[in-house]
Amino acid sequence: MKQFSMKAITAVAAVSTTLALGGNALAKVEGDTIILGSSISLTGKYATNGLHTQRGYDYAVKMINDNGGVTVDGKSYQLAVKYYDDESTPARGAQLAERLIQQDGVEYMLGPYSSGMTKAIAPVSEKFGVPMVEAEGASRSLFTQGYKYLFAVLSTSEQYLATAIDMAAAKSDDPSKVRVAMAFEGDPFSMDVRAGVVDKIEQYGMQVVIDDQLPADLSDMSTTLTKVKALRPDILVISGHSKGAATAARQIDEMKVNVNMIAMTHCEAAKVQEKFPKASDGFLCPTQWVESLSKSDPMFGSASEWNTGFKAAYPSYTSVPYQSAQASAAVYVWKEAFEAANSFDKDAVRDAIAATEMETFYGDIKFSENGNNIAKPMFMRQIDASGTYNLVETADQLTYPRNVKY
Amino acid sequence: MLSNLELLFYWAPIINVQIILEGIFVGAVFALSAYGLALVWGVMNIKNLAQGDFVIMGGYMAFSLHAMHVPLPLIMIAVMVGMFMFGWVIYIIMIRRIIDQDMFVSLLATFGLSLLVQQVMNIIYGPEVQTVDMELPIYDAFDNMVTIPSSKILSLFFAAVIAAGVIIFMKKSRLGQAIRATSQDPRAARVLGINTDRVYAFTFAINAALCGAAGVLVSIIWVIQPFYGITYSVRSFAIVTAAGLGNLPGVITAGFGIGLFEKYVGVIVGTAYEVAAPVSILLIVLIIRQISMKRNRQVVK
Repeated sequence: MKQFSMKAITAVAAVSTTLALGGNALAKVEGDTIILGSSISLTGKYATNGLHTQRGYDYAVKMINDNGGVTVDGKSYQLAVKYYDDESTPARGAQLAERLIQQDGVEYMLGPYSSGMTKAIAPVSEKFGVPMVEAEGASRSLFTQGYKYLFAVLSTSEQYLATAIDMAAAKSDDPSKVRVAMAFEGDPFSMDVRAGVVDKIEQYGMQVVIDDQLPADLSDMSTTLTKVKALRPDILVISGHSKGAATAARQIDEMKVNVNMIAMTHCEAAKVQEKFPKASDGFLCPTQWVESLSKSDPMFGSASEWNTGFKAAYPSYTSVPYQSAQASAAVYVWKEAFEAANSFDKDAVRDAIAATEMETFYGDIKFSENGNNIAKPMFMRQIDASGTYNLVETADQLTYPRNVKY
Repeated sequence: MLSNLELLFYWAPIINVQIILEGIFVGAVFALSAYGLALVWGVMNIKNLAQGDFVIMGGYMAFSLHAMHVPLPLIMIAVMVGMFMFGWVIYIIMIRRIIDQDMFVSLLATFGLSLLVQQVMNIIYGPEVQTVDMELPIYDAFDNMVTIPSSKILSLFFAAVIAAGVIIFMKKSRLGQAIRATSQDPRAARVLGINTDRVYAFTFAINAALCGAAGVLVSIIWVIQPFYGITYSVRSFAIVTAAGLGNLPGVITAGFGIGLFEKYVGVIVGTAYEVAAPVSILLIVLIIRQISMKRNRQVVK
């Protein structure tokens, strides 16, 4: 018996060694499958959005595989993604990226969820010269490091509210007379958003009448709003994640703040249209993507077709988050790049990604030298009296001043 | 900063009314949770770092009850009773064991409790910001320059009623007298037949109930989030340090004072510094106390 178990152990060891070696061989392309790698947050604080991202990747992979796969050198390949759960912690993410590249031999990466995680992983993929197409890291600071292998399909965070300033300028006879009130939290994301707004304000020569910084544990911004009421600016711009949006909407309602234009981030996440239907009438809210967008591509069709298809694949969604849409777009960039490079050499594919210029259901994609997408604008939606988000593509479609009745 | 001062006193002096009102509303809520802390600190010498988390916990209880369409007065009573029982249980499980230990044990233990309460709320309710919207009317005056939501008037009323109740209870009832006796000299109280263990349990439970009441008010006038408790803890500590222990009129005055100070700092220096304002008061009070005590300090030969 003892001898048998010794034999069994040897056998198991032998098999597992073979498997492990086989695992090493499972590199970039195995047979007719191209392996993409991603460390993604499936547990921890980013789990919800991590899952939205993963589903976006999976849906695109399935669609591409069902529609002929990726054709390289006349041969059709299937796509597959190797995932690891990074537990929403940057250190773990960086570790897993190294594991994907070094142990699993992955040479094509998809991004993780959030700017913070991307910031942790980008140096790793950069070190090994592995291209990464990411869809969920919007921080401007990602694209000032001179990374050569990092590409992002989404708009960067300084664009979030800049369009609102453009629209206010278009609505005014003399933009230099427009008076702006700003309230931003002090965290990196909100400061990025603020930087974009300030650039635009300087460009138009507008006047800043209030420039308040909001605290991190924000539950009361009545002092800022009191000043807004006294100074009567034309525009009020706010960014402080969903807690900022919730606090602002609640107190704008309570203090009957009447400003011609109110623009803020995270309206959807804070569900302001549900919780404060009266005050949120006329709020301008930025979004990366809308399903009513008039863009399309041969793979997924139009934006609304992608939306319908995704909902059919994942029936639990009543409205699809843009995180999933941009994830699908990232996979699509990979397919196009492989076909354009007509090779699996990672540097050739990297150059093909850098040269990408295409229209997709998610919007146009063209990367700058720094890797951010400069072809797609941020979209603005305005909440109406019924709580519906309406796409505002030009200033003519904007309800200005917002006609709110308290 | 200068332009803000100009705005306050020259361009739109009417906003002073709004700021003073906000300060009073804020102060009333602060005073409630600070009085609980003063009680526990004065009677049991426990510095409860979980004070703010008790407040937020009361807020979440109100949030759940409101979702079940319970009317506000009932929510108030239910939360206070619920938190009273919670406080009693916490006393039996934890506080009783640390009451005779030194200061650091009580700080560490209540800090642990604070983390625990936060995380449990985070698991149950998630990290999103929540609010209880009573859909009460909002009054405005001076051409809409001053707005007063009735929820805030209501919260002021509740705070006043509860404070009055506590004052009368402490002055008139047997148990109130026992609490005061225990705080003066626990040994003498024990000798005279007061069950100090029960007095302690009751004091801690009352504190939790007061925090719960403050939490209900916070949830109907602001927003709540599992990790917001710390700001209420800091304010309570600042108020109690400024007012002294067991001095209810002092706590109420300090509450209003800090509320007003916070709001004026918010307008003049910026909203980001509002939370820092009570801490700066804490610092100033400590420095002044230190100086004035030094004057009276004598060397024993």
